[in-house]
Amino acid sequence: MTLAGTAAPAWSWNLVTDFQDMWSYPFMVNAFRAGAVVAVVCAVVGWFVVLRRQTFAAHTLSAVAFPGAAGALLLGLGAVYGYFTLCVAAALVIAALRGGGEHEDSALTGTVQAFLLASGFLFTALYRGLLEGPQSILFGTFLGITSSQVTVLMVVGAVVLAVLALIGRPLLFASVDPEVARGRGVPVRALSVVFLVLLGAATAEASQITGTLLVFALMVIPAATAQVLTARPALSLALTVLLALAATWLGLTAAYYSPYPLGFFVTTIAFAGYVLALGGRSLREMRTRTRTRTLTRPGADAVSAAREAAA
Amino acid sequence: MTLPLAASPLSHPFFLHALLAGTAIAAACGLVGHFLVLRAQVFTGDALSHVAFTGAMAALAFGADLRLGLFAATICMALLFGTLGRGARPDDVVIGSVFSWILGLGAFFVTLYTTSRSTTNGTAGVRVLFGSVFGISAHSAVVAALVAVGVGLLMVLIARPLLFATLDEAVAAARGVPVKLLGYGFLALAGISAAEATQAVGSLLLLGLLAAPAGAAIRLTNRPYRALALSAGLAVLEMWAGLFTSYTVPKMPPSFAIMAAATVVYAATFLVRRPASGRPARTAVLTGT
Repeated sequence: MTLAGTAAPAWSWNLVTDFQDMWSYPFMVNAFRAGAVVAVVCAVVGWFVVLRRQTFAAHTLSAVAFPGAAGALLLGLGAVYGYFTLCVAAALVIAALRGGGEHEDSALTGTVQAFLLASGFLFTALYRGLLEGPQSILFGTFLGITSSQVTVLMVVGAVVLAVLALIGRPLLFASVDPEVARGRGVPVRALSVVFLVLLGAATAEASQITGTLLVFALMVIPAATAQVLTARPALSLALTVLLALAATWLGLTAAYYSPYPLGFFVTTIAFAGYVLALGGRSLREMRTRTRTRTLTRPGADAVSAAREAAA
Repeated sequence: MTLPLAASPLSHPFFLHALLAGTAIAAACGLVGHFLVLRAQVFTGDALSHVAFTGAMAALAFGADLRLGLFAATICMALLFGTLGRGARPDDVVIGSVFSWILGLGAFFVTLYTTSRSTTNGTAGVRVLFGSVFGISAHSAVVAALVAVGVGLLMVLIARPLLFATLDEAVAAARGVPVKLLGYGFLALAGISAAEATQAVGSLLLLGLLAAPAGAAIRLTNRPYRALALSAGLAVLEMWAGLFTSYTVPKMPPSFAIMAAATVVYAATFLVRRPASGRPARTAVLTGT
């Protein structure tokens, strides 16, 4: 929705004046700052999400941001608080109720997600004053990001990154091989709860930029791309951050100069990178056919989960 | 609300249409959802629901019938997800990446639609996202009900081999069950029911219709066929409860009421003690009880 309706500013190919023009508006500067914070936090958290294969939980937490924002607006509070409160609360609910095997977890996650989205819909239906309808919450907007909002994003982002730095090593261990980690005395369950809460905070941050439906673009796609490109943890983490930043800033620029929504550009740029990475890898694989495939596929997990289905 | 509850809503045609379409759609979603949960493919259902939004908005943006876009998008995507993973069981990360891009595309189509066609239909996006079951026309209701009944019948037909293939893929394949074909067929059916459910509860909420009754049924019984029937039954009951509640409390959108009913039922199963554990069900299926 964002700039649709009003005429979009014209893009001349003179980059210096273009950026000067764009950054002459405080809200665009704020958008770039907020985008940078969100991209870095999401990339780092998302890297673990992809490693732990918790994409569905991540998606649910992002969906939760919608009723959070809508409910906060209904109550007359700032949307920011709504985002954080509900995302972290939903993370705790999912963490508390888990443990019934993979298929039950997914049913639970799905139910929580659908119910909260429905609540969000109820809130927007009750709150008639919402000008743009639910669409700017769902698909993201870069208009009207205030300096105080950027500060909140920065503080929360710093806390998330600090906690993640503290628990990073054991979390990596627990993610890669939970059985061995448990045997060595790593508190696997506690770590997974902490991680879910961090995930909640990060999704709340991202929702404010990409919209609740498109958090994945910053959370999962860059990490998936980086993990396709390299298997080395440090390098792929750095690459993830870089890709997320690029997608956000390029997306912001494109959205400023066109009538189409920010979420569309961010997802498209990130996804293009993913497809390129996949294409590059299959080219490499074709060249070195002798190399055995090191792809990890979750097929084995799915079969064993299905076996437990009757339990 | 002065009239008695049982008589008043049924005298309105819009309510009858909603009831007709809703019942059939809920039954189909219950059946499909059960297998989605068993096969740990709920995330695929989630992805399909978002694809449905893009499909519908693309159809609107290009001036085509909304349902055409819905069905084309969900079925194509379901089959694509099948090819992305081994044995028609796609990888979560791949699904996530694909569907978030598709959703972004949906946002693009919304803008395209609302800017190109003035403001005649500005709320179409919201309607697709959250459904408007009370706004369904007589014709659409009949078509939706027929398609849903077809999906339900097909599900019942393939239930036995599909269950076998789901519980023990290797043995099923060895016994000559076309595991791969079943996987694709099931995904296509899941796509159709996602498109159907979009018309009732909207693309964002159809996951509740797929996951909640199935999850509740699996918590309540160990026996797969009983769970399958229970899942469909619960879905229909929840749909009815939601429709009647929403009728009596007009401020509450029907989609929310249906989701609330589904969630309450699912939450209630956490209070019920589970049936004796151990796993007799698997042997029961394989011997054909």
